[in-house]
Order: sequence, then structure tokens, then C-alpha cells
Amino acid sequence: MRAIEVDDVSKRFRMYREKPSSLKQRLLSGRVRADDFWALRDVSLDIDQGEFFALIGHNGSGKSTLLKVIAGILRPSEGLVRQRGRLAGLLELGAGFHPELTGRENVYLNTAFLGLSHRQTDAVIDDIVGFAEVEEFIDTQVKFYSAGMLMRLGFACAVHVDPEVILIDEVLAVGDESFQARCLDRIRTFQAEGRTIVLVTHALDLARQLCDRAVMLDHGRVHALGSPEEVVREMRMTILKHDLEYAREEGSREIEILSGALLYGVDPLDGPLRPGESVTIQVDLKANEPVDDPVVSFALHDGANNFVFGGDTARQHVALGLLDGKRRVRFELGPVPLTGGQYWVTLGVHSRDNARVYHVQDQRYSFEIRQVEGRRDQTFMPVAVEVEEL
Amino acid sequence: MTCAFRRAHAEGATIAATADVIERTSEPPRLRLRHRVRELWSYREVLLNLVRKELKVKYTGSVLGAIWSLLNPVVFLAVFTFVSKVLGNSIQDYAVFLLAGLLAWNLFAVSLGTGAQSVVANSNLVKKVYFPREILPLATVGVALVDFVLQSAVYLGIITLFGYGFVLAFVWLYPLAIVAALVFTVAVTFWVSSMNVRYRDMQHLIGLALLVWFWLTPIVYSARTVYTTLAEKSWGALAWRIYLLNPMAWVVMGLQRALYHSADAEKVLAPFSVGHLAVGLLVAIAAVTALLYLTWRLFFAMSGDFAEEL
Repeated sequence: MRAIEVDDVSKRFRMYREKPSSLKQRLLSGRVRADDFWALRDVSLDIDQGEFFALIGHNGSGKSTLLKVIAGILRPSEGLVRQRGRLAGLLELGAGFHPELTGRENVYLNTAFLGLSHRQTDAVIDDIVGFAEVEEFIDTQVKFYSAGMLMRLGFACAVHVDPEVILIDEVLAVGDESFQARCLDRIRTFQAEGRTIVLVTHALDLARQLCDRAVMLDHGRVHALGSPEEVVREMRMTILKHDLEYAREEGSREIEILSGALLYGVDPLDGPLRPGESVTIQVDLKANEPVDDPVVSFALHDGANNFVFGGDTARQHVALGLLDGKRRVRFELGPVPLTGGQYWVTLGVHSRDNARVYHVQDQRYSFEIRQVEGRRDQTFMPVAVEVEEL
Repeated sequence: MTCAFRRAHAEGATIAATADVIERTSEPPRLRLRHRVRELWSYREVLLNLVRKELKVKYTGSVLGAIWSLLNPVVFLAVFTFVSKVLGNSIQDYAVFLLAGLLAWNLFAVSLGTGAQSVVANSNLVKKVYFPREILPLATVGVALVDFVLQSAVYLGIITLFGYGFVLAFVWLYPLAIVAALVFTVAVTFWVSSMNVRYRDMQHLIGLALLVWFWLTPIVYSARTVYTTLAEKSWGALAWRIYLLNPMAWVVMGLQRALYHSADAEKVLAPFSVGHLAVGLLVAIAAVTALLYLTWRLFFAMSGDFAEEL
């Protein structure tokens, strides 16, 4: 049975140049100028009962708007949403927390919004307080709480309610690692209990691991809908394309980089590399005029744009000689000692003394290395273990 | 669409009895009273919690807390008894007369004043959480109602203590008047709170309107005086009729008749018998209930767009 049916839903926001917010202005200004902005366009999808469904997409793609329409906070401009069963929307943690009230009072207020009666909250209040780890402060006004405590208390309230349909907007990214792990545990329990969960997230791996199905929105339209593997793959594709459009290039172009590629065992779109696997950087060159003794180089930067590693043909004592026509250069990088994250590859062709730069593609290619769950390694080393009887 | 809805509803009913199907369309929602009342009832905890929160916030940080609210009628009684004794007022037991109407007026005026901002002030909730939006103006009325009940208890306690007492033949008008006042308060609060979302100067307008309205209602002066003054004028009969269109006038006249019975009460109270007042109040209740239906419908239709407008 369907828990949520979204049928040709569009949502238009009116972007007022200057919105008349008073009667006086309304009476004096006559017609109001407004531009239309379609946050959702002809979105249709069905979510079955007991399904764990992910909404992914770039910022501004309409994910959160769709969630709000399903939750009944926003009204669709066109189309129809049909929803069955008790619904709790976790669009913001601790919505409605009041600074003057104590933690305990705020818990009762917050769980009431999520559909729990006073008596039901009585039954779970100890669990909530324990989950949030605020036992000593529960009878203190929340204005004295730290941001982390507030967040934890908000999440604890949210995961102790008893809805049939749960909408979660990007709230899983709170707290430290152990708290996050407990949140995920709780979500898995919800899933096992057969509750319907709709999750908006930027964490693509999380979506792929947890969800039954996913949809990717792009500019308010459904871009991909189906198994999380396919949708996440599609999302990665568009991220790559998006990156290409913004990559910087420079150089005098006596030699051009025709293409660069990152080769590794697994299909690059099939997901990230694991630490310790090897990568090959392949560069195809074309000389527009004969050039003697060019040098090809590469550099790796991490997600925070720190230089990680670089190399070139000269350093490896490889001379390309006179380049005329096309040439392919391969850098084979051994077991990669890097840990989880996104890495960017810059490719360049230049003269041996660096005086002339023929062509540079700045951080145009990227690959991702998966963080092994539960590990906090800064680097990767292959480890061999030997055990012998003494 | 209606057909599809019925089918879905029937299907839902056979498979899971608890699973209500909720439809959200581009149409402004139409108020279906029974359905909506059930929905509000299921959110009663939110209403109670919000009222509790407001009261708590209002009185935390003050030494006497809710006592402040109780002191109000005591001080009023003392001051006005003293002033009218010293200055000499044409109305005997003036404090008793004044508070009979004033407390109910405060319920109305405070609800409107704070109720106008109820949706706007809670914009973070409205934008992030789903709940029936009626809860917000209802909570402000609830807070005013708690104050009203406390103050009325003090007021009624004091007049009993000082031997003023009640007359059974009149006092039954009291609940009628309170019902009329309450329904009217909720109706107007629904209207101002939804209008204030779109036009923020509503709250200032309300302040002015309440000032004028206060003096158009026989709270501090005698309704009989108005009647006799108007009777001398050629247009007086019409003006008197217009004067009586004000539901709060009936509420206040009813309350004064129910509680005020000094020796020369007939010179002060409105020129209506108890029966006449009862009928007037019943008509008022019918009228304000109809008004409540209209403003509720308006509120409900507009509430779908609150999250966007804020």
C-alpha cells in the first residue's frame, strides 16, 4: 500500500521585488510586481509503506520544498499529494524549543508537536534524556545549554516518537561520531519496524547503503528515480559534469591535453576507491607543432585544496623526446596511502625548465576514496601479519 | 479528483482502520468542521503545552509570578471603591459594576492584541512543523482565559466576602454572557491573526480599534445613561439600535445584570429585563457562532500559505 503519493506536483514561489507587507502599501501601490520561481515542476512519485526513500539533489534542487509539501507545511501550486498514516516531520531539530523553559518542559512541548501525548512522553522521557546525555541539566532552562546539547535533545525527542511516516531533512549530520552512530541505529530500527522514512540528504553513500529507493531532483524536476545505486550513480555523473564546466585551463597550447582519465580496478562511477587500491592517471597529448623535450606533470589536492602529492615525467627520469603528433602518458600510482575523501587531479605539460607552460588543466579530474567505517586513520599502509609458534 | 479520493478512502478503511488519508491539493482547503475539530482535538496536547509555555514564560523571572495577575482585580476594587467614595460617583458600588464588564473586556482585548501576532511571532514553528495553525490563536485566547478565570475568581470571592452576594434570578445570565464573549473572542482572533500574516499593520490597527471599541461598550459608564441621552434626540432610536449591534455590549450588559444589584441598579443597568437580556445574548451567541464559522473558514483557507508568507 502506498504511504505517500505525489501526483504531478508543482510548486511556485512568488518572488516579490518588494512585497507589500502592510495595508497602507497595498492600498497605495496598486499592482504588485512579482517573478515566478518554480521550485518543483511536475514531480510524481509513490512511496510504499515501510519503504526507506531518499531525496537527493544539488542545493536548490527542490528537495526540501518537496519534503515540506509532503509534510503539509507548504501547499502545492499544482497537483496533488496523498498521504496515509500518522506523520512526523523532522525538518528542524528542536523546533519550538523555548529558551526560558527547562529541558524537561521543552521535551514535552516538542514531543507534543510530533504527536505524542503527555502520558506517552512520560513513558519515554527517561530514554530521551539518556539518549541526549543531558541527565544533569534536564531541569535547567535550555538557554544555558550548549549548541550540541540542544541538538542532541532535539534529535532525541524526534527519534522517540511513534509515527508511521517519518520525514527527515538533513538532520543526521549532528553530533559527534558516537552520537551519529546511535542515530543511525535508531533509524535502522525504525526501518526494521516497517515505518516509512523519507530522508533528504547530501550524504550519497548513506543514501546508497540505507535506502530502498531514491529520487534525484534537478531544478525542481525528477532527474532520476529508482534504485539508490542508479540514482546515486546519476548524481555522481552530474557532479562530474558540473565540475568540468568550472575547471580552469591555461597555457600556450603548443601541446594540448586531449583528455585525462583516472583508471582503477572498479568502474569509476560505481563508487569510490578503497585505501590501498591503485590508480592510473592517463594523459593523452597532441602536439599542434613539434616541441622538444616536454615534461608532463600531475598534482593531487584534497577536498580542502591542500597539496597532497605530485609527480612528473622528469622526476621519474622519463624523457619524451621530440613530440610531434599524439602521445599517451600513464602514471601508475601504487597502493594509494590516502584515506577517505575527494581528491582533485591537476594535469600539465610544460618545458623542462618550467619557463613555458603549454597546457594546464587545473583540478579538472577527481576521484573519491571511501572512508572505511569506524576508522580514523590519517594514512594507509599495507600491513602484513605473521604469527609463528615459539 | 473526488472520485479518486473516495476510492483511496475506502481502500484505506478496509486495510487499516487508523490510517486516515490526507490530501493536499492546490485548492485552498475547504473547512469540514467535524473533520477539523477531530484534528484539533488530536493536537490538544500542543495547545495545552503552548498555553503552559506562555504562562510560564510570562511569569518566570518575576518574584510574585501569577500573583500579579490576581492583584489586578484587588487593586482595581480598592482604588475605584476609594475614588468613588471620595469624589462621589453617581454609580453606587462602582468597583463591582466596573469589574463585572471590565474583566470580560480584558479577555477580549488581550486575546486580540496578542492573538494578532500569534502566527507571525511563531514563524519558526509555522515554517518547520506541521500542526493545525488554529492552535496558535487559540493558545493566546487560552492564556487570556486563564488570567480571566483567576481574576474572576478573586473578584467573585471578594464581592462574596464583603457581603455583596448574588441574586439567583440574575446570576444565570453570567454563563450565557461568558459563552458569547468567548466565541466572539475566538472568532475575531482567528480573523486578525490570519490578516496580520499578510498585512503587518493589522496589529497597530487593532490597538486603535480596541480603544474606540472600549468606549463604545458600556463598561465604565452606564448603559442606561446612553439610552436616556439618546432618547432625547430625534435620531436617538436609530443610534441606540446601532449601539446594540456590538456583541460586546450585550456581553457586558448581561454580566452587569448578573452581578450588579445595588439599590439603584435600575438607574444604572441597561433598560432590559432579564428575559430580554437572555434572548439578546442567545441571539448574540448565534450570530458570533456564525461569525466564527466564517472567520475559521477564512483562517483555514489562508493557513495553507502561512509558511510561504512569513
